[in-house]
Amino acid sequence: MSANLSALFYLISGILFILALRGLSSPETSRQGNYFGIAGMVISIVVTFLTVGNFGIGFVYVLIFLIIGGSIGSFIAFRIPMTAMPELVAGFHSLVGLAAVFVAISAFLKPEAFGLGIIGNIKLASLIEMSLGAAIGAITFSGSIIAFLKLRGLMSGSPITFKGQHIINLTLGLIIIFLIYYLCIKQSSNIFWSIVIISFIVGVLLIIPIGGADMPVVISMLNSYSGWAAAGIGFTLENTALIITGALVGSSGAILSYIMCKGMNRSFFNVILGGWGATDQSTNSDKKEQKPVKNGNADDAAFLMKNASSVIIVPGYGMAVAQAQHALREMVDALKKNGVKVSYAIHPVAGRMPGHMNVLLAEANVPYDEVFELEEINNDFANCDVAYVIGANDVTNPVAKSDPQSPIYGMPVLDVEKSKSVLFVKRSLSPGYAGIDNDLFYRENTLMLFADAKKMTEEIVKSL
Amino acid sequence: MEIDPFIFRLSIFILSIFVGYYVVWSVTPSLHTPLMSVTNAISSVIIVGAIIAALAGSDKTIFEISNIFGFLAIILAAVNIFGGFLVTQRMLQMYKKKKK
Repeated sequence: MSANLSALFYLISGILFILALRGLSSPETSRQGNYFGIAGMVISIVVTFLTVGNFGIGFVYVLIFLIIGGSIGSFIAFRIPMTAMPELVAGFHSLVGLAAVFVAISAFLKPEAFGLGIIGNIKLASLIEMSLGAAIGAITFSGSIIAFLKLRGLMSGSPITFKGQHIINLTLGLIIIFLIYYLCIKQSSNIFWSIVIISFIVGVLLIIPIGGADMPVVISMLNSYSGWAAAGIGFTLENTALIITGALVGSSGAILSYIMCKGMNRSFFNVILGGWGATDQSTNSDKKEQKPVKNGNADDAAFLMKNASSVIIVPGYGMAVAQAQHALREMVDALKKNGVKVSYAIHPVAGRMPGHMNVLLAEANVPYDEVFELEEINNDFANCDVAYVIGANDVTNPVAKSDPQSPIYGMPVLDVEKSKSVLFVKRSLSPGYAGIDNDLFYRENTLMLFADAKKMTEEIVKSL
Repeated sequence: MEIDPFIFRLSIFILSIFVGYYVVWSVTPSLHTPLMSVTNAISSVIIVGAIIAALAGSDKTIFEISNIFGFLAIILAAVNIFGGFLVTQRMLQMYKKKKK
């Protein structure tokens, strides 16, 4: 296939990828969008085979490896529980990053196969592109591995900070840039390997200071990096599909990071430079532990909700941990039978990744038109009888609106305290991720339900 | 004077960033998780580079070190392509409207 014809096909793939993202503007068109994406991928792969035109033994090997990888991928996709989606996405990002590194290495070792010149005399632009692709890919890989370990619970979710951390990161970043410059002059493979290795280290250092609840930002950021790495390789290979995709994914991840940061009212750099959990708030909370709280049980909760005319449910990460989404749906079904109007309120940073709660509720067969975003539903709390907070904490804390001293001041929160009564399912009075006490626990209209989210919800279903 | 083809690629890149910007803002927040998994799947189009790397040279050279890196990259990208699209599909199947 001629280079011009294949370039046109790659353009078509790129357009199909744009349509795949466009489809996600509503759940109805999203499934069709996914098919566009698959079609784009098939076109890209077939066109590449035709362009290379090598159908010998190598082609057979490629097919075998494709099938091996494909089977592993399909197996994971069918088996993974929805609650494990954040770590799955982090794991997948690491694969894209590593693949980018590998392709860059091949291009460096055998530039003539890609039409980039010969060893020791690679075109300047290609050299910059491939080393950037390799560096960003390596950072994506090791960063995603750390994110994966933290989300999976194999590594502590609390931020790991040490003195001079930021200066070390900055120095390493500058060294990478310097080495890329040096590589362009010397073309030495040792320099290329150094760039890759240092980038792996930077990836680790970049993610370890970021704490558990900031994971939505981290995942989005790594999503963005994987896109830029792909774009870097796209420039090296002069491939339009890869350049378009890289740009799409890069900007998509960047927008999601922005939305997540805004959901916490923090700047991107504030999140990147280290966690909240590290700030010491213990002196403050010791005093407040003494305050009285109202303690209820499942029967009280069932009674309150049965006699309510409207209930708003506020799910958070705790619901995902307890796998309480199915029990919750049963509870809502029982309430609906009693003629109670039920809706769900989702904070932008609820859970460990963007849209995490929505997927879990969808899994439990909750219709998506009963689920609302913060801005859509926040005014309804004032007219609602019961707010049922399950596994959420900081995102409901009224302190964010009243106390300028608080670290979460200015963060958009759900106005649960405005509803007539609040049922707060929680295992203890311990503070949330931000390390601050939730004022809501001690309010007149709050009833604390101390239990595991799933167990409590099941008990409520029984007493309904 | 002729324009360097790099400039054309750069133009495509910049325009795609703009397209991405507007398209992603129109994605409904409830589908942000599928958005991440599908962007992950499509970024695996990097497999194009992996295939070129793996098939570089003749049949005699397919076990040279640069080809082996190509094959490894094919496995990684294939895991992502199949895993990414299928898990997205699985999620999207779950989004249902209220039964009237």
